[in-house]
Amino acid sequence: MKPNIHVKDKVAIVGAGLTLFRRRMLETSRELAWEAAREALESANLELKDIDCIVIGSAPDAFDGVHLKGEYLADGSGAISKPMVRVYVGGGTGVMVPIAAWWHVASGLCRTVLAVAEEKMSPAHPHPQGVFAYIWDPVVERPLGPNLLWIFALEMRRYMHVCGASKEDIAIVSVKNKANALNHPCAQAAAKITVEDVLNSEVLVWPVHRLDVSPVSDGAAALILAREDIARKVTDTPIWVEGIGWTLDTTHWYNRELAYPRYVEYAARMAYKMAGIERPWKEIDIAEPYDPFDYKELHHIEGLMLAPRCQAWRLAREGYFDRTGELPTSPSGGLLGVGNPIAAAGVMKVAEIFWQLRYEAGERQVKKPVHYGVAQAWGDLMQVGTVVVLSN
Amino acid sequence: MARRIYDKEHVKAPGTPLSSKEMYQLPGTIEYTPVAKYRFTTGQALSKFLEELKRGRIAGRKCNNCGRVYVPPRMYCEFCYKPTSEWIYLEGTGTVVTAVVSYIGTARERLEKPEIIGIVKLDIDNKEPQGYDFPGLFHRFCNVSEDDVKTGKIIGARVRPRWKLEEERKGDITDIECFEPIEG
Repeated sequence: MKPNIHVKDKVAIVGAGLTLFRRRMLETSRELAWEAAREALESANLELKDIDCIVIGSAPDAFDGVHLKGEYLADGSGAISKPMVRVYVGGGTGVMVPIAAWWHVASGLCRTVLAVAEEKMSPAHPHPQGVFAYIWDPVVERPLGPNLLWIFALEMRRYMHVCGASKEDIAIVSVKNKANALNHPCAQAAAKITVEDVLNSEVLVWPVHRLDVSPVSDGAAALILAREDIARKVTDTPIWVEGIGWTLDTTHWYNRELAYPRYVEYAARMAYKMAGIERPWKEIDIAEPYDPFDYKELHHIEGLMLAPRCQAWRLAREGYFDRTGELPTSPSGGLLGVGNPIAAAGVMKVAEIFWQLRYEAGERQVKKPVHYGVAQAWGDLMQVGTVVVLSN
Repeated sequence: MARRIYDKEHVKAPGTPLSSKEMYQLPGTIEYTPVAKYRFTTGQALSKFLEELKRGRIAGRKCNNCGRVYVPPRMYCEFCYKPTSEWIYLEGTGTVVTAVVSYIGTARERLEKPEIIGIVKLDIDNKEPQGYDFPGLFHRFCNVSEDDVKTGKIIGARVRPRWKLEEERKGDITDIECFEPIEG
């Protein structure tokens, strides 16, 4: 089965670049954008004059503390005097950035796109958690004084209940991802830890402990997407964007079953259909599911149909998702290991699939041969799935 | 073209990390506190919902096209994308879908006394609705122990709203003090 939509031009990723991911960085938001964009251009042997259009992604303005965040980031992202757009779907923004870049090229509108994602969470102090207060419904939610961790804890508790997973089973993901990140050049929270370390870390909102959660980060990431003819000129190993998909569910998150992310499945089905993938659990060789919390990776593995419902935690326990396993997930180290500058973290995931499919991930390279990879992000009030399928 | 290996041995990623101490000692950092006050109207559906809370009952909207009941109420059906049909009034009894114990507050400060919060799926005609979406509220729980949450005893438990005294109700979501288990 092949594409269900008319695509004018085939699109490839030809370059990727990241800054360090760290809790606090000296660089301003626009300097971070510039550093990541420069890395991406250099990796593709391109200059800004070779770029037709710019796509920017960044999560809530309140983190950087600047409205017009797309416009603010424009100069650092190389967008001066070029068509530019900023996309935003909360935590799902990171994968929305290459999706938007794809349609710029696939439509025939642009030959090349520089796609930049940036997040600087350190300005909001003492902790950016307070800024999340603005995501809640002002009438029925905010008066209860919610903390963002509540919704994750509620969803994790529901997943544990419905799927029979214990906290130990879920902590395995944090252990895996933090170890995977040990060889990532940008990693903020790489570590060799044990399940006991996770369970003994500070309890924030039970069942969520400190080490179940990704850190707060500053950082930027960028990709270069190009039309097929240009991609083939620029590199011997273009990585093709085979499918894209995204869907939203309602912000009324407490009016839905939280044990399964329906919206991620719908987004994945859209992307797989476009890519001609009928049995993702067999055809996908490597995956970067979104992992701001350890249980989220399992939740998303199921939503991406890479494991049957409620089975991801069992497979994780058997090492199925390890770097040496049958279906390595978050070989980068994910958000738990590399860090979580929100939009930049999603682009980092796509960049990891890009490097893995080019066999350029060095010490992080998975042991099996790879042909198809999927990257996914998630966001807003448990409601957004963004999915990209790549091949080499 | 030379292959460019992206790992720790071959790449030095750009950027200048700072410790907390270094950041606060940097010359010229700018401190800024936004001043923004809002007054939100509560709209067609929620203004009625809040008014009914003050009277001690929970109002929902029903879509007669698909049969869905919305709590909190919406004037339009999210699925049929047509106006919802009628107001219905619920007892407020329901089933706990999930619950957690929070040790931190809104700005991540440690709480002296942990709070228990969760989601209640509300009964329609004294029956638990089935399906992926359902009328429900997210709220605090009373008379529930940390152990009830950790062992899972509370999940599936039957609860009802504990209302504030009538004269203390203000027409907001906290007119329900919390949800508490129904004895026996």
